[in-house]
Amino acid sequence: MLVCAALSAGAVSCAEDDAATQGPTATQRQGAVTHYAAVVYASYQESAARVDALKVAIDAFLDAPSAQTHQAAKDAWNSAREVYGQTEGFRFYDGPIDGAGGPEDRINAWPLDENFIDYTRAGAGLEVQLTGIINDPTAYPEITAEALIAHNTASGEKNISLGFHAVEFLLWGQDFNADGPGDRAFTDYLTGADATAPNSDRRAQYLRVATAQLQADLQQVLAAWAPDVAGNYRAQMSAEDPDLALRKVFQGMGTLSGAELSQQRAFTAYAQQDQEEEHSCFSDTTHRDMLANALSLQNIFEGRAGTFEDATRFISPSADTSLYALISAADPALADRIRAELQAAVDAAKAIPAPFDQAILPSNPEGRAKLLAFVESLEEATKGLVAGAAALGIKDLNTELAE
Amino acid sequence: VTTTGTIRAGAAQVAARLIIAVLCRVGLCAVGLCAVVGCAQDDGQPTQDESSARPGGALTVEVTNDTAYALPAPKASVEQRRSFFVGNSLFSNSWVTAPSSVVGRDGLGPTFNAAACASCHVRDGRGRPPLAEDEAASDLLLRLSVPGDGEHGEPAPDPVYGGQLNPRAVLGVEAEGQLFVRYAEAPGVYADGAPYSLRVPTYEVLELAFGPLDPQVMMSPRVPPAVAGLGLLEAIRAQDIEAGADPDDLDGDGISGRVNHVWSARRGRVEVGRFGWKANQPDLEQQTAGAFLGDIGVTTSLFPSENCTSAQALCLAAPTGGAPELEDDSLAHVTLYLHLLAVPARRRVGDEEVRRGEALFREVGCGGCHVPTWQTAPAGSDEGLALLQGQTIWPYTDLLLHDMGEGLADGRPDFEASGSEWRTPPLWGLGLQQVVNGHMFLLHDGRARGFEEAILWHGGEGQRSRDAFTQLDAASRAALLAFLGAI
Repeated sequence: MLVCAALSAGAVSCAEDDAATQGPTATQRQGAVTHYAAVVYASYQESAARVDALKVAIDAFLDAPSAQTHQAAKDAWNSAREVYGQTEGFRFYDGPIDGAGGPEDRINAWPLDENFIDYTRAGAGLEVQLTGIINDPTAYPEITAEALIAHNTASGEKNISLGFHAVEFLLWGQDFNADGPGDRAFTDYLTGADATAPNSDRRAQYLRVATAQLQADLQQVLAAWAPDVAGNYRAQMSAEDPDLALRKVFQGMGTLSGAELSQQRAFTAYAQQDQEEEHSCFSDTTHRDMLANALSLQNIFEGRAGTFEDATRFISPSADTSLYALISAADPALADRIRAELQAAVDAAKAIPAPFDQAILPSNPEGRAKLLAFVESLEEATKGLVAGAAALGIKDLNTELAE
Repeated sequence: VTTTGTIRAGAAQVAARLIIAVLCRVGLCAVGLCAVVGCAQDDGQPTQDESSARPGGALTVEVTNDTAYALPAPKASVEQRRSFFVGNSLFSNSWVTAPSSVVGRDGLGPTFNAAACASCHVRDGRGRPPLAEDEAASDLLLRLSVPGDGEHGEPAPDPVYGGQLNPRAVLGVEAEGQLFVRYAEAPGVYADGAPYSLRVPTYEVLELAFGPLDPQVMMSPRVPPAVAGLGLLEAIRAQDIEAGADPDDLDGDGISGRVNHVWSARRGRVEVGRFGWKANQPDLEQQTAGAFLGDIGVTTSLFPSENCTSAQALCLAAPTGGAPELEDDSLAHVTLYLHLLAVPARRRVGDEEVRRGEALFREVGCGGCHVPTWQTAPAGSDEGLALLQGQTIWPYTDLLLHDMGEGLADGRPDFEASGSEWRTPPLWGLGLQQVVNGHMFLLHDGRARGFEEAILWHGGEGQRSRDAFTQLDAASRAALLAFLGAI
């Protein structure tokens, strides 16, 4: 035991070989799965509530377009993103969000084919190209949920036309500003005698429909995680071998950390160095996305759900059902190491300067260094998560399959 | 011949393999004989079983689910792994219409087949032909050319439609046309009386936007193959591929085996072709750049002009996503991504039926072209990535062109490949295609509904092996198919 404890302070946990006898009990494992499901549900519940609030704000904006109602809609979008980003650790294991029939590609697909939706310019001050579904009533007479779903990732294609980023584009517009987000004017939505932009009624209809679809898609995911519903995903997960369920939990975290967030989102932006090589490019809120994703990892590990300001607002960790507690039962030093690594990733995310599109440019070595530090913190955290899973007897975790 | 020696790269090993290939072709192959290649006994080197169980060498991953083609080389460095994921992002995420905010990802079309590599190479796997007569082809593309050669010996494009039919276009530009396929069943029987049926395709191009195709047009339908392991094929030295060629069939085994010599746009010279259904691309960079242009409509420094012919005014007038649209560093990331995609480990290692199938694979002569094992460029050489060097790999291809008979011929020459020649495709990983892609369509246009039909389609240089297969009893045929399913 002494040897084991000494070794386990190193990179590799020796508890891996005798987890069955020294690790957490079956009851603890089941308890962790149960708690995880509660964290997932609370996170989606808040996410859905904030998208409902976004719909209310957008309806108010479209009913009476003004700078104030426009800003209120944008604030509501930011509020919804803050919580949705914290659900992305629940992806990557064929669960309700991105398994068969899951709506992830309608909620959060990227890059958005903005040209497929509405007018664009090739650059600041350049001529407007009046393209997209909104500006083509002949080819797209009706803007309905069914029509937009049919066009979104149609026939193996990915003309991404729905989701958070579609709503974002319709609120902010293209971003040609070095020091701020896109500056679409609220007048794009004035209709009738006040109209100043072509097809504003269709633009408003598109925004209403896309937001309503976002609501519906989140409700679909929420239903799969609702408690005490026979046969839903949560019920199935609760009924399966807790080690199988825990494998999914770790695979979701490990893939978000190891492949998706660190590589596909953060390092790819770092390497490409293109302004707008960022997920929330219209609103310039990608730094918040990064933080929300990092918090998602920490939330799952600690067994909590909350906001940027109050990390335990919706669910507080219990002493013995967090992943931290579970791994502690097998290898306390390893559990502390992972906790520190995830905290380092969250801290590194907070240090990424805004706007993200400027932070990644070659002219900003300081911003780039912060982003690379975030990448490295996640690479380390991923090793910790793989070791943590192994300490629970979950071997050969695949963290390499990004979106 | 007894089994001796360690695995060594170089001429001696290649020569040994060739001798064995020849012996196998003339029917002198015994199970132990071919074990001379890639195996060794008492010196700590892997046995043949151990080696072939890890067909990608160090680039082998133990995985049997739908991610089997999608994983990076386990020993990639931190820097390589990062580049891999940048490449994955560019391979998987869709390209968008220019102009767009995401300048590094705009420039789709104006005409195109798909908006992302991964649209057709789903999970880095193989695409499929349409499933119904009224379903327009999506993954399946159609190459077009007219008699004559281009500047560097490449096929001359259709003057109006270009070198490839693009069935989609960005808003405001005409898609070129739609490809449809109908199949007619052609029944046959094995020597033991068991029936089989092959489906013979007929292709039709409809909804042509600019009038009929050229009266002399030659068409070649092709499905996208899986892309895992391609880096290792590039790591095979050109001289080793050349050494396997027997263009005049001097050994009289009925198998010629020719190298396609193709144009390298990067180096401005003729090189050994190794990628594509007719080995018309010299390396992964050019294969990738060619696919970006032909399939997605995205330009690169290698192929800087949009593929709009002079007849396509709206296509020519459409905004571009920069010059080039895929910048050199991005092309390098995608190319490295393809170099690093690992090969899934063999399944059912040591299984008796699979072992028997492997012996039959040799006995009926499959290995004459589907050469089981190769050594990549020696470690420390200046060819390719160090990670890919010095590997014993089991791709089951000679990377050479073979006349496959009239049944499979597309009648469309491509550099030195004739209208009836095809490059031997690698077989590794195919046993997981069903799991990864949900279908088992094989051959260049996906007409075969599994290994069995693919074998039965072999004509020309493959006729003798195909006939030998039809003479096998049911259990032997099943064993051979089991082997193919396990590699």
